This record gives sequence, structure tokens and C-alpha cells, in this order.
Amino acid sequence: MRLGSGTFAACCVVVEVLGVVLFLRGFFPAPVRSSSSSKHQAEPPAPEPSAGASSNWTKLPPPLFSKVVIVLIDALRDDFVFGSKGVKFMPYTTYLVEKGASHSFVAEAKPPTVTMPRIKALMTGSVPGFIDVVMNLNSPALLEDNVITQAKAAGKRIISYGDETWVKLFPKHFVEYDGTTSFFVSDYTEVDENVTRHLDKVLKRGDWDVLILHYLGLDHIGHVSGPSSPLIGRKLSEMDGVLMKIHTALLSEERETLLPSLLVLCGDHGMSETGGHGASSTEEVSTPLLLVSSAFERKPGDIRYPKHVQQTDLAATLAIGLGLPIPKNSVGHLLFPAIEGKPMREQLRFLHLNTVQLTKLLQENVPSFEKEPGFEQFKISERLHGNWIRLYLEENNSEVLFNLGTKVRRQYLDALKTLSLSLSRQVAQYDVYSMVVGTVVVLEVLTLLLLSIPQALSSKAELEVPLLSPVFSLLFYLTFLVLSAVHVIVCTSTESSCYLCSLSWLTAGGVMVLVSALLCAVVSALTKVLVRGKLLSKNAAHSNSRWSELDLLILLGTLGHVLSLGASSFIEEEHQTWYFLVSTLCLALCHDIYRNYLPGDDCEPQRCLHVEGGFDGATPALQDKNTSSAVLELNRGCKSPSSLGTLRGYEKWMVLASPWVILTCCRLLRSLNQTGVQWAHRPDLGHWLTSSDHKAALSVLAALSLAVIFALIQRRCSPASKVAMALGLLGVYCYRAAIGNVLFPWQQDNKDISKGILEARFVYVFVLGILFTGTKDLLKSQVVAAGFTVKTVGLWELYSGFVLLAALLLRPHNLPVLVLSLLIQTLMAKFVWKPLRHDVAEVTVMHYWFGQAFFYFQGNSNNIATVDISAGFVGLDTYVEIPAIFLTAFATYTGPVLWASHLVSFLSSEASSSADGSTHSQ
Amino acid sequence: MKDTDIKRLLYTHLLCICSIILSIFIPSFFLENFSILETHLTWLCICSVSVTAVNLVLYLVVKPNASSKRSSLSFKVTRFVKCCVYFLMSCFTFHVIFVLYGAPLIELVLETFLFAVTLSTFTTVPCLCLLGPNIKAWLRVFSRNGVTSVWENSLQITTISSFVGAWLGAFPIPLDWERPWQVWPISCTLGATFGYVAGLFISPLWIYWNRKQLTYKNN
Repeated sequence: MRLGSGTFAACCVVVEVLGVVLFLRGFFPAPVRSSSSSKHQAEPPAPEPSAGASSNWTKLPPPLFSKVVIVLIDALRDDFVFGSKGVKFMPYTTYLVEKGASHSFVAEAKPPTVTMPRIKALMTGSVPGFIDVVMNLNSPALLEDNVITQAKAAGKRIISYGDETWVKLFPKHFVEYDGTTSFFVSDYTEVDENVTRHLDKVLKRGDWDVLILHYLGLDHIGHVSGPSSPLIGRKLSEMDGVLMKIHTALLSEERETLLPSLLVLCGDHGMSETGGHGASSTEEVSTPLLLVSSAFERKPGDIRYPKHVQQTDLAATLAIGLGLPIPKNSVGHLLFPAIEGKPMREQLRFLHLNTVQLTKLLQENVPSFEKEPGFEQFKISERLHGNWIRLYLEENNSEVLFNLGTKVRRQYLDALKTLSLSLSRQVAQYDVYSMVVGTVVVLEVLTLLLLSIPQALSSKAELEVPLLSPVFSLLFYLTFLVLSAVHVIVCTSTESSCYLCSLSWLTAGGVMVLVSALLCAVVSALTKVLVRGKLLSKNAAHSNSRWSELDLLILLGTLGHVLSLGASSFIEEEHQTWYFLVSTLCLALCHDIYRNYLPGDDCEPQRCLHVEGGFDGATPALQDKNTSSAVLELNRGCKSPSSLGTLRGYEKWMVLASPWVILTCCRLLRSLNQTGVQWAHRPDLGHWLTSSDHKAALSVLAALSLAVIFALIQRRCSPASKVAMALGLLGVYCYRAAIGNVLFPWQQDNKDISKGILEARFVYVFVLGILFTGTKDLLKSQVVAAGFTVKTVGLWELYSGFVLLAALLLRPHNLPVLVLSLLIQTLMAKFVWKPLRHDVAEVTVMHYWFGQAFFYFQGNSNNIATVDISAGFVGLDTYVEIPAIFLTAFATYTGPVLWASHLVSFLSSEASSSADGSTHSQ
Repeated sequence: MKDTDIKRLLYTHLLCICSIILSIFIPSFFLENFSILETHLTWLCICSVSVTAVNLVLYLVVKPNASSKRSSLSFKVTRFVKCCVYFLMSCFTFHVIFVLYGAPLIELVLETFLFAVTLSTFTTVPCLCLLGPNIKAWLRVFSRNGVTSVWENSLQITTISSFVGAWLGAFPIPLDWERPWQVWPISCTLGATFGYVAGLFISPLWIYWNRKQLTYKNN
């Protein structure tokens, strides 16, 4: 079957994506789930164990607290409460922690430290997987068993104020709610006032059982100005006031009721040193957890240090506290200090309930659960517990009873710890079978691709894909049989969850067919290459194609980058690799240029001599090589020095200076945004510009950048899109002024800040207009065959449309990135690639390198916390899923996208100019 | 002719290597607390001074291109001054290139400059000794097929290997091993030194192995 190289590459990419998806499905483990999780019917609670004498306590124990208030402060790091900042800004909370009736913990959040999975973890007690990050932007209703649903079923009245995620996760659960959206990151006062304004009324009313307050302001401050900003202190004082208000209201109300109430202060995740979150650094995963209740009375002098616990432990504690069954999928264990004040029998009963729940989860998820140490411990402690109950019912000596009870309690606590640990570890188990199959698919496609490169890059751009013959070969059927047998064996032997096994037999068979067909294709392609290689080596002893230093650098650099990803530090600091490679590339280009272009009587004859020598060497080889290509190569070699002579003085100087200009640009961009891990905290220009003191400088820079963008982009646009571009760029500035990032010169004071929807949509109109004209030109060139010029113009229009969109979406301090990217592209195209006549492959790889470097120049990193989600809400009133995802993705990958589109337009213009040249010469 | 040249080349290179090794061990007899890593800057100074001295002495003794027709004193003095200017210029150029590669602009200026000086001693000083302040000759040597003698060939190899060594020396900096030698510019200076030494070792051997294929125009 003959295929065009484009089609072949597309097919390869599709199969490759399939393989990668399969691998990722195995790599990101399915979370631990109880099989009966979909049904919400209440199972009868486990009765108290007893040996002999029957215990009559089979119902759930009554609630410990009448009212529960959960104050969740987004991105509350542990040292904001327990550290020096807490002492300074949160005096009341510090008093509660140090002397009040409270228990404090440092709760460790499991990555991904993003709000939605964290809320899920707090309420279900389970560990959500990485896949939940994708869903964080748009959270569907939570169907898993959780505390809120249980409380609703038990007839509790729940009120929620704050982050909208709660309302989305638990629709129809709250008797009253007011959601605030977390996407206007620059707003950090109004979001919290919207929560606090309900507080007085609600606290006075008292017709509720659970109150959930989710404050977003702190997280917003972190995203905008980092954890060391002075705004943090002010926000913490505000939060302290809120806590005091709630606590005093609860205390005054407690006098009327019998049961105490509970105030929970927690954070969903911490804050990294740069103010983001999402990864697993210590700052991001440590959150404070403070339980305040008059039930936790302590004697003076009783110092309680914050203990380290898991965030998932809160769900079980809350369930016990509210007298609810523990959520089925919870892997956490009860925070024992919370029930310490209760009588021994109740304590043991609570611990027993928790252990039974964890054991059930273990039984459903681990095939060999009987061998688990936690299970054995559970059996022992349950037996001891039964004995204790018998003694208790027989009303034995109280001291004996107490001692035995303490022993049972210790047993239970050990069992809980072991069970919880082994369940959490379960989450980190890979599905090796799916991973292996995915890897095999990916590797086979890669080999096929590599083997067919010489054919695909030849002048015909077509290649023979050995697809039909292997399907009828013996090898194919044999491999298929073997693979199916392996599949059956693997799926029947292990009982652990395996994605491929859970697929239907037909789909799994399809995967096996794919794997074996690819294997056969690889084998036949390999034999072909070997046969051809033997023929070639017989015919021509030496090849005259010689690699230049630049080719070597490009190849080794790309390979070296791939290899460097084996070390985690090189992934964290990947930007360093790219900056280093790009600088080296510039120096290599510089070397190339100077060797070809520097005047010198020594150099010139040398060069010609070299070319002549090449000619001599090439003549014998000409017979068996493609004649035209050899002549072309020689032409290229001879022409490049001679074309120098025709260059005017100014252009020659530009050619000589351009690598240095590019190097300087890269160095400037490098200091604009510090990124990565090790040096992320270093001061950079971006922070200097975004701080509110330097707003004027930022405004000037933004205006200047937009002007330069226009100057650089307009030279090849059609008149209509020139006007559209100018208006669009003006609109960008108006948008940034409207949302308060930059200033107009005539407007000195801060006027009211709007969302700038009108201005942003104004720009979108022009973006769409430019993109439309570009597409129209492209289609015209395809349909009418109007030649290369129309196509080139169309591609350039598309490119400029992308540039306008990027100018709108990038933060104002990142506009220089866009400007310098355009500048470097212009310099490279005009003074490096054209005069030096680099071939298509070299230009493509250089574009790839620069695109990658610009991804990091923007301030991105491989950490998910650096994704700027605010870009997804430019010009949108509310969250609309598809445009928001598209805009966020575009803003994140602006660098690579712009370089890729420039590559396409540059190659097309090169092709058109060379076509012109050939027609002229004819 | 050629074999004796290669032999002389080998001996001079061995002397250069000795000077580097001695610059590591000798100062510890005179200076307290001397070690490469802790008093790195001192070592850099000593190393570059000793390498420069050895190069100059060897140049005066061996005289690989003793064909200078004019030997008046004023000519020699201008030549020497020119060499010094070229050396300083190369130091500053290297410094600028390091900054463009991402070295801090304001902090650690002395460290960066001393690294530039060291790299200049490994690359520019031999060039100046052998070729003199003659840009055209330099360009000839460092373009393809431009070498005219064993000495120039070895110069090419040592210079390129020092550059590659310094370049490779930057690789361990982002790794999180937290070793003292990962600090800028220690790994790079060490890399340059290793590269230079390796170049000194390899070039006579390489020239010896390939002596059949190598043909020089002048010889």
C-alpha cells in the first residue's frame, strides 16, 4: 500500500496517542473504591463485638457535636497558623491553639494539591487520582459516599457559603448556599466579603446543623503576589476575626444545648514559595487542621503540639462526630484526640466502627487481604474488645477494666494505622500489564517511523507501507495467538484491577491485532532496510554526504534533551536545558556565519578550494547517486559565499550581528520569569513589573511592546488585516487598562475595576476576522490553485491572528516575550536562514528548539501550578467549559504554537520564492 | 621530520599537564587551607598563571614557527602589547558569552571573570604563542582543512576540547546532588581543565595514529 508521507505520519501519531493513553491509564492508578459505592442505601452498622454475653448496642452511636462549622481557607499553609505569621496576624487562633479547648494537627494533603480533589478528599476520605485535576475546572457532582451526603440523608440541615465547587460537587445538598467563583484571581476582597456578609444572620438564626465556609481570598493573593506579600498578613487578620466571631457565637449558643459544638479550621492545600499549588513540595502539602470544641477542655500547662496526620482523616472524624456512618471509601483513620474525653466503651465502639469500615475496604481491594498485617491486628483487637465488653457487662473491677481497655485501644489504634497505610499504598500501585502493552505499541510505532524516514523524506514523499503482506503471513497469526494466550493467562491469574482485562474481549482482541500487525510491519521494514543497506554498501563504498557541525549539534542536542529527561532534576529544570541548547545553537550559527561571511583573502580561496575538492570527490559518486540532488548540493555550497558579495553593507552587518542580538534577547527573556524549582524564588523582572509600585513602568512597557508587535507583524499583511491588527492591539491595551493591570496616561487614580468583557470581545472580533481572511486565502489557494503567493499570505494572516490572540491572553509583563519572539523570528528568517540556506529539516528543528525555549520564557514549567488559568476567562462572563479550556491551553502553549505557525508560513514563503526563482531563471 | 615534531609535541604537552597538576599540589605547601574547591579563585589564578608561563617558556624554547623575518625590538614590543590586548579582549568576550549563557550579571562577577581568564589561558594563550596576533591565521586554523602543521593541528584539538569541556561542565549544575562543586562556576572551570588536559593527551596520540592520512601543505 502506498501512502503519502503526511498520511503515514498522521496514522503513526494516531496509533502513538492510543499507546500513550493506554500507558497513562496503567500509570495513573484507579483509586481505591468500594464495590458497593454506587448504592447509597445505608447498611446496618457493625454491632459491638462480644464474646459470649450479648451486647445490645447495635445502633450507631449518637452524635458527639450538635453543630459543626467548617471554615476552609483556600491555600492555608501550616505556618500561616502555627508559624510566626500566625502569632503575628492571628492572635485569637494562636490563643486557641496554645491554650484553648482545641486540638491542632498538621494535615498532609496528597498531591495533586488542587482545590477540587482536596475537597473530595476531605469529605470522602478517599485519595482522588491525578485524573481529577482535569476535572478541577469543571467539577461534576460527587457520587461517591461522603460525609455531606450522609448528613443530608440523616436529615441534617447544611449551609454552604464560598467556593462554587461545593455547590457543584453537592448539588441539592444545601438548604442554603451562595457560591463564589474562584476564577477572577485578581479579586481577593469581594470573594471573601460575599462569604462573611451572611455570617451574622446565620449565626444568630441557628436553624442549621452544618455550616461550611470556603474562603478563596488567600489563594488569590498567593497566585497574584506570592506567600511573602504584605496582603497575606491582612487577609490572615481578617480570617482571625471571622474565626473569633464564629467561636464566640458558638460558645454563647452552647449554653442552651446539651451537646457541645465543633469548629473546624482547615486548608485544602498549601502554597509554594512562588504562590502556586498543585505539586507535592512540603509547602504545598502541609495544611493546618484545627478542631475547636468545648469538649476538648484541657488543664493549664497541657501543651499540645500539632501532630502530623493525613487530610483524609477528617472525613472519618466528622462522620463520627455527627453520628453518621463513615464513608465507605475513606482510607483515613479517626483523629483519636477528638474522642479522647469520652467513656472507654464509646471510644472502643468508635474505633471498632472505623476498623470494620477500613477492613471492608481492604477486603474489596486487596485479593490476599488475609495476609495483610492490618487484618490480623484487626482480628486480635476485635477478640480483645469482645472480652472487654463481657467484663464490662459483668461489671468487673474498674481498674482491671481500665487497663484492659487501654490495651484494646492501643491494639485498635495500631490496626487503624496499619490498615490506613496499606490502603493508601494501594493507590500507588501501577497497572503493569496495560503499561507494558502501551509501551510496546509506542515503541513499535517509533521504530516504524524511524525506519521509514529515509523513504518519506525522499523527493517523492511517498512510501511503501508493508501492511497487507504481513496480515497474511504466518508470523502475524503466530504472534496474535501468543499474545491472546498471554492475555488470557494474565487476566485470569491476577485478581487486581487491570484496565485491559476490564475491556470487552473484542476491544482487547483489537489491541492484540494492532500490536502483532505493527510487529510484522516493523520486521518487514527492517528486512527491507537491511537488504537495501547491503546493496548500497556493495555499490558505493563511501557516501559523500557530510554532516556539518550545525547538523551534528541539532541532532545531538535533541537526543541529549530526550536522554536528560531520565533525571528528575532535569525535568524540574528543563528550561535550563532549552536555554543552554538555544544559546549553543546561536553560537554555532554565529560560527557558521563568520566562517562563510567574514572578509579575508585567506578564507575565501580556502572555501573555494574546499568546494573544488568536494567536486573532485563527488564526480565518481555522481554515477550512482541521484544526479540532480548532488548538483543542487554543490550549487548550494558554491552559492553561499558568492551571495555574500551581493549583500549590501547594512545587510551584511545585520547578518553578522543577528546571532548576538538573538543571544541578548534570550538572556533578557531568561531574567523575565524565573521558573523551575531550585531558582524559582530568585527575584526576576516579571515580579518587579507586576508589583503595584511599578504600574507606570509596566504600562509603558506594554504600550511599547504592542507598538513593536504591530511594526513587526504588519509588513506582510494585507491592508484590511493591517487595520484590524492595529485596532485589535489598541483593544488589548484597553482591556488591560479596564481590568486594572495598566494605566492610561490621563487616568492617574484607580477607577473601578471591571472584568473588561466588552474590550476583550472587541479584540476577539478582530482575531476571528483575521483568522477568517487567512483561512479564506488558504482555501482559495487549495481550490483555485492560485499558486504559492496566496497561500503564503493566508498562512501569514493566520499567524498574525495567533499573535493578536496571544497579545490579548498573555499577562502584560509577558508581552516582551511575544515581542522578542517576533523579533527573533524576523531576524532568523531574514538574516540567518535565507542567506545561509539552511535546509527544511534544520529550520524545523531550530523552530522546535526556540518554541520549547519560549514555552519556558513565558514563565511556564513542568509544574502544573504555573498554568495561568486566568487566561481562560478573558472576555467571558461565567465559566464556559470549551472556550475556557481552549484559551487556557493556547495561553500556556503560546510559544510553541507561534513558532510552529511561523515555521509553516516561513516554509511556504521559501517554497514560493524558490518557485519564483526557478520560473525567472527559465 | 614529522615524527620528531610529534615527539616534541608530546613532550611539551606533558610539561603543560605537569604544570596543571603542580598547580594543584604545590600551593598547599605555601598557603594554608588551600584546596581546589574551597579556595577556588586562588587556584584559578595560580593555574592560569602557571599554564601561561609554561606556554610562553615552551614557545621561546621550542620555537615551532621560527620564521619571523623582522626581529627588531620595536616589532617584538608591539607584538607583545598586541598579544596582551588580544588576551584581555578574549577574556571580556568570554565573560560576555557566559553572561549571555545565563551566568548572573551582577553577582559573582569575579568568579565569572576568573573563569573567563582561565578559559582564555587554555585557548587564547596557545593561539597567541603559536600564531601571533593574526586574526586571519586564526580563522584559517579553525576552519575546515586549514591546518598547516602538527602544532596547529594539536592547537585545534586542545582548543576545541577545552571549549567542549567547559560546555559539558555546565550540565551538573541543575542536578540536586548538592555537592560543593556544583556551584557556578566550579563545575565549568573543572570541565574546562579536564577538557584541556584531555586535549593535551589526545592530540599527539591522535596525530600519531593518523599520521599517514594527515598531509600538510607546507611540509
